Amino acid sequence: MKVFNLSRIALRAIRRNKMRSFLTMLGIIIGVGAVIAMIAIGHGSKQSIQSGIAAMGSNMITIRPNSNIQGGARMDVSNVQALTEADVLALRKDAKYLGAVSPSVSARGQAIVGPNNWTTTLQGVAPDFINIRSWPIQEGINFTEQDVKAATKVCLIGQTVAGYLFPTGDDPIGKTIRFRKIPFKIIGLLGKKGENAFGQDQDDIILTPYTTVQKRISATIYYQTIFTSAIDDKSTEKAVSDIQDIIRSSHRLPKGSDDDFTVRTQAELMSTFSSTSQILTVLLAVIAGISLVVGGIGIMNIMYVSVTERTKEIGLRMSVGAKSVDILMQFLIEAIVISITGGLIGVALGLLATKAVTIFLHWPTLVTNSSVVLSFMVCFVTGVFFGYYPALKASRLDPIEALRYE
Amino acid sequence: MQPVIVDIKNLHREFKFGGEVIRAINDISFTINAGEFVTIMGSSGSGKTTLLNILGCLDRPTSGAYILDGVDVSNRSRNELAEFRNDKLGFIFQSYNLLARTSAIENVELPLMYSKKFSARMRRQKAMQALEAVKLTDRMHHLPGELSGGQQQRVAIARALVNDPVMVLADEATGNLDSRTSYEIMMLIQELNEAQGKTIVFVTHEPDIAAFSKRTITLRDGKIIRDQLNPAVRSAKEVLANLQPVTENVST
Repeated sequence: MKVFNLSRIALRAIRRNKMRSFLTMLGIIIGVGAVIAMIAIGHGSKQSIQSGIAAMGSNMITIRPNSNIQGGARMDVSNVQALTEADVLALRKDAKYLGAVSPSVSARGQAIVGPNNWTTTLQGVAPDFINIRSWPIQEGINFTEQDVKAATKVCLIGQTVAGYLFPTGDDPIGKTIRFRKIPFKIIGLLGKKGENAFGQDQDDIILTPYTTVQKRISATIYYQTIFTSAIDDKSTEKAVSDIQDIIRSSHRLPKGSDDDFTVRTQAELMSTFSSTSQILTVLLAVIAGISLVVGGIGIMNIMYVSVTERTKEIGLRMSVGAKSVDILMQFLIEAIVISITGGLIGVALGLLATKAVTIFLHWPTLVTNSSVVLSFMVCFVTGVFFGYYPALKASRLDPIEALRYE
Repeated sequence: MQPVIVDIKNLHREFKFGGEVIRAINDISFTINAGEFVTIMGSSGSGKTTLLNILGCLDRPTSGAYILDGVDVSNRSRNELAEFRNDKLGFIFQSYNLLARTSAIENVELPLMYSKKFSARMRRQKAMQALEAVKLTDRMHHLPGELSGGQQQRVAIARALVNDPVMVLADEATGNLDSRTSYEIMMLIQELNEAQGKTIVFVTHEPDIAAFSKRTITLRDGKIIRDQLNPAVRSAKEVLANLQPVTENVST
């Protein structure tokens, strides 16, 4: 009940000095607003990277040959001839934690349809590839194992390729594309996949059976990459050790020697990017947090000046019966009310700023409840922490001297 | 016989400055009964302010006893003294000491805000009564800046009365006012003393003002040199009636 009275006293004191109270709040408003906006930007970029990686197929595992040294020169990975049909067959036969397995060989070149041309990548894969990448077919059909066996000249085209080769919006299905002068029949149009986490356009692609690329374009029996996927999210690690065992034995690598291939999972990729954006978030939050501390010091500064300025008022309050603790509470409540009000306005401002960043800069943002609650709590603590010392000073004034203060 | 409100025995108050001891009050004893109107006089340095601070429970004596309304308050903690001030005493200051940008009624309510005894409703009611006693009900929502000096001092008097104190202490309460307004304030204080039986202790250095009280205690160098009943108490009401009409009635 007494606290209620003291709160009323504190609120009256704040109302008496609206301008000063507002200016004191300003530091907190900006601090909290900055913290919320910065954390939202950090979280937003983290989430967009994660969803980008997940869009590539979250269980996807890629196997690439290692570069090796021939005659003192480290060879480029794409020229290394390490992954073979035997590896793929072994994986399909022996792996317990793997879903589909698809070899991949690709070639770059010009694709032509009538007067339109576009330089793109022709990727030779197995029919399962689009399942591994969780990539839907928007129109038409996928090629089959039959096409793989026969090295048929059929293809699926990505949205970007379709856009360049069929600018008038003709239905590409059934049309013929000439890639490096070899005609391919378009049997399917892939759904839109967008950019991957590295900013590459994933839709700038033509998919065809891997045998077609091997036999008709690059004349090779090796694979550049093997794409596969773990049977579920949790078995990624088991799947990786599965792959290592199987390919090592398939390559007849002696015990203790290094792998001549590399296995990469999306989880690894995700954690690399997550930690990068985590650092970014922390950095932004720290910078914003500094402004919150500066705001808190602003409160302390004003409260301190306010105590000196109101010495006589404090003396009067004591003379009519206010105890030290009453004065302490009054100033503490004033500081807390100012910081909490500032915090509320700051939260609103932070949300607005976040919206503005999304709308005008097109940056991904994500406001989390925890960041709002956290900055609000920090506000409260700031009020108590920075309000306490000036309040203590006020409560320790001697009533006689305070009354005489001019 | 009226009950004794203040009973002071062998009161000492010493201040130490470096090695030097200054005896601001040096062995003072007196009593004040309920319903008395006492002025404490003395030149500066006589110890009257120190005595007022002790009477007002703002300061503690170095030695000696101070019994206020039957309770020994000479050796109490800061918090206990604050409670006594809140419960038993009312203060009137030379410079009014009203809270700026706070309405008259809220200023009057202030002492009750520090007490657990009153609800918001009771506070308002008591503050209204106190403002009525000083005839300022029509100005209750005015801010101090919108009131004249005399009116501000009347708000301050209402604030001193709002907690029904056993004693009202005034420190040069007319020091900032012109003589006409001073007489108006003295008239109000005389009324409170006579009509309501309030015990009043008034510190002043003006003999002119002391003449309105019933008893005068004169201090010098921390000792009482004279303590006498006023044989001919002046009535502030009559003094006012005999004053020349003020020009402000004609102009503005």
